[in-house]
Amino acid sequence: MAFLSSLAHVFTKYGSMFGQAALLTVSLSLGTVLISTILGSLVAFMKISKNKLISSIASVYVAFIRGTPLLVQIYMVFYGLPMLGIKLPTFTFLGADFSRFSSGLIALVINSTAYVCEIVRGGIQSIDIGQTEAARSIGFNKAQSMLYIVFPQAFKNILPSLGNEFVSIIKESSQVSVIGLAELMYTTNTVRAISFTSFEPLIIVSLIYFILTFVLSTFIKKLETKMAKSNRA
Amino acid sequence: MPEEYIIEVKDLGKNFDGLEVLKSIDLQVKKGEVVAIIGPSGSGKSTFLRCINQLETATKGDIYFDGVDLLKDKIDINKIRQKMGMVFQQFNLFPHLTIEKNITIGPMKLLGKSAAEAEAECDRLLEMVGLADKKHAYPSSLSGGQKQRIAIARALAMNPEVILFDEPTSALDPEMVGEVLQVMKDLAKTGITMLVVTHEMGFAREVASKVIFMDNGYIACEGTPTEVFENNENERVKAFLQKVL
Repeated sequence: MAFLSSLAHVFTKYGSMFGQAALLTVSLSLGTVLISTILGSLVAFMKISKNKLISSIASVYVAFIRGTPLLVQIYMVFYGLPMLGIKLPTFTFLGADFSRFSSGLIALVINSTAYVCEIVRGGIQSIDIGQTEAARSIGFNKAQSMLYIVFPQAFKNILPSLGNEFVSIIKESSQVSVIGLAELMYTTNTVRAISFTSFEPLIIVSLIYFILTFVLSTFIKKLETKMAKSNRA
Repeated sequence: MPEEYIIEVKDLGKNFDGLEVLKSIDLQVKKGEVVAIIGPSGSGKSTFLRCINQLETATKGDIYFDGVDLLKDKIDINKIRQKMGMVFQQFNLFPHLTIEKNITIGPMKLLGKSAAEAEAECDRLLEMVGLADKKHAYPSSLSGGQKQRIAIARALAMNPEVILFDEPTSALDPEMVGEVLQVMKDLAKTGITMLVVTHEMGFAREVASKVIFMDNGYIACEGTPTEVFENNENERVKAFLQKVL
């Protein structure tokens, strides 16, 4: 009973902090998924390119990013950008420092782009070669065939996978807390320190993460069912 | 090359990783001719057809289209393909587009037609293939025979000089073969040049102006339907016809 009242106390006292942090986590994840969908598609086109140099660059990028921990990538961006002389603007954004937010966003985008690339590549390659041949036989060049015929079909097929990537990013964005960005995980640790409770904030944050991912997964499932119905084989 | 031929093929060859699918093909096609390409499976019929519009790259020889050497002259193959429609065994309609969009996307994006022009042409073609009511449907809701008729309309929408048919009825249920062949017969009467790889001997005999029999990477026999189908002394043709007729 004492635990429950303590939990309620932490929630009522620090709820708005969690709310603000949740907003930051969602912004970070949504930004990541939108940007990495575009960049991931570009890298996918590079990877399936007949030009050996271009496809090698894409392959190395994807292999390296998928073969190293996200945590390392976050640190590398956060400490590496200033070393390269790149200064991110500092102002307050959603209650957090924008330079930390953008560092985190860049790191997550770099990471997620590699995964999205593989999703898109798989989607493109799952489209029957007959579609390309039909487009080419009408007189479309390679790029037009991709743009008008193959990519729209591939994109529709990969929407659920992109949604799942979004779910992963929401969870993985917690690692950005290490660079002092006040998203959900960082805020949880702050609350643990100032409220002198070690466990209660973790319960709260896990519930928030779960609600976010559950709502999103449910939405994706609905989308999948709807698409299966309209799927035109 | 003599101008009266719309397509002229000389000593065409095609290797797939050392496998010689086409050994040496020579063929002349006049404007308005309907050429039926028959022969046993694996004889190179489809490969030959796909070499003509460069879906396959020939390894040797020449293909002249309207007097231009497609293999040696500097050409824009995309422009050539606009004048050379193709109908596939598996239809290959675009499943994410409505029937109307399937037909109009080429003329609008490649020929610069306005939406209204393209749609008017689409209506005319749908009328011709007897599927005017399917304009707003998606390919998945069509039967095989209907899909193939739409594929023919899609090829015609580009107003091509030649249409290549790659076994257009081979993937169809038997009861749907007739409706597709009927459309092709009507088409033959319009004077468009057609090259048809087919197993429909009735169609070849009835509609084709020229029949070529391919065997083992060569044209083993060529002539009018009467010459090829009746009293043919060629042993391979006789053996083949005995099996299929």
